[in-house]
Amino acid sequence: MSLKELIEEANKKAVENMMEAEPVLVDVKLAKDFIPGFKSDMILHAGPPITWERMSGPLKGAVIGALMYEGLADTPEQAEKIASRGDIVFKPNHEFGGACPMAGVVTPNMPIYIIHDKKFGNYAYSNFNEGIGKVLRYGAYDKEVMDRLKWMHDELFPALKAALHEAVKDKGGIAIKPLIAQGLHMGDEGHNRYIAITRLFLIELIPYLIQADLPKDVFMRVYTFAKNNNFFTLNIGMAAAKAMTMAAHNIKYSTIVSVLTRNGTDAGIWVSGLGNRWFTAPAPVPKGVFFPGFTQDDANPDIGDSSITETAGFGGFAMAAAPAIVSWVGGSVQFAVENTKKMYQITYTKHKYFTIPYLEFQGTPTGIDIRYVLKTGITPTINTGIAHKKPGVGQVGAGIVSFPFELFKDAFKAFVETYGA
Amino acid sequence: MVEPRKLFNTEVKVVNVGLRIFYEDLKKQGVKVVHVNYQPRPKLEKELESKLSELL
Repeated sequence: MSLKELIEEANKKAVENMMEAEPVLVDVKLAKDFIPGFKSDMILHAGPPITWERMSGPLKGAVIGALMYEGLADTPEQAEKIASRGDIVFKPNHEFGGACPMAGVVTPNMPIYIIHDKKFGNYAYSNFNEGIGKVLRYGAYDKEVMDRLKWMHDELFPALKAALHEAVKDKGGIAIKPLIAQGLHMGDEGHNRYIAITRLFLIELIPYLIQADLPKDVFMRVYTFAKNNNFFTLNIGMAAAKAMTMAAHNIKYSTIVSVLTRNGTDAGIWVSGLGNRWFTAPAPVPKGVFFPGFTQDDANPDIGDSSITETAGFGGFAMAAAPAIVSWVGGSVQFAVENTKKMYQITYTKHKYFTIPYLEFQGTPTGIDIRYVLKTGITPTINTGIAHKKPGVGQVGAGIVSFPFELFKDAFKAFVETYGA
Repeated sequence: MVEPRKLFNTEVKVVNVGLRIFYEDLKKQGVKVVHVNYQPRPKLEKELESKLSELL
């Protein structure tokens, strides 16, 4: 078999696995109880590996907040001192089977969602979503942020645990792929628009919250928090996408991208046939729509693991399914449709289960192939939240961003070296 | 095809390829214009280019 034939065979398997994965939400746990070897001096983050010195403002802000959350620091100044003197080990979520939005900071006592892929047996995780604006994942750490995180740990976490226990007893957990597929038919794309998917998820969750026999006031607080946060299900969708892409990872000869992410300083990718080797380049600054009082000058370079959604064939790649998203991320409806059409040029297949009504129910562009990126010069274009470049401020808008070409060129060079083309 | 000297007596219809700013300016002036999103792909080294065609 020629190398070209081996690549074709491997890529077919990679995208088939990605589409056939069956991510099911089965539990919530504290991160230290799920991630083996997670020590108190360790912080997980979004994107490729990075040191404290090279971290951007929002990631630094989230680390400061996380250290205070863990009780390792009483003040932001103290937290900065701890982080900067090298006492903390920083590791990317992706290396532990996780994908978390924006700064993506996870510490041992943070609750996380556990997704089990019933088809291939993989487990993936993501943290809980706090809402928009002044939140830890965008680098904010004031009292409001800390109080919300404490409530999420003390009340939301046990309530969800009890509900998911009931869901697992009833039907093995809550299947996420059908919710995303249905959401694409209801105007969501599954990255920056989760309005329909969150409601579909709540319809699934509420009976189990009731069966869990929570006190009425706890039920109401959990329900109100989830209902008022249109991004409540983003993190669950991301963990599901991580499980899908894990099923496509580590396939010899495959040129399919299995991780696409950024940490606010660098963007990074993994390619299935090249294992956990990072290819990195400077993260670009998204162009977007800003909250009142903020401008493009406030924007930090792109950050977050949320581009795992596009890696799995939805999110920005499915924007043609979500015309209303342009009121949040900018651009026009025409742009949303064009972007999906453009992404077909760099992807290996059309999704079997994620379809777009407006495009005659065509499958979404699925499986970024580094060869097609090099051939066309088109790079993955996604939608994204925008963090303020200074620590402590939070989210300032949302927009559109394209990944740097160098990532794919470097990966292709490495592929040629590895497989001796 | 319209002869060049007659061109300015007919309605101008433009297909703009590449830089979007020309499309936006013409549109503002009420010219019938469609935009084609295009940018040339970055150049690859010769060796990489030949490997790519081998593997595609």
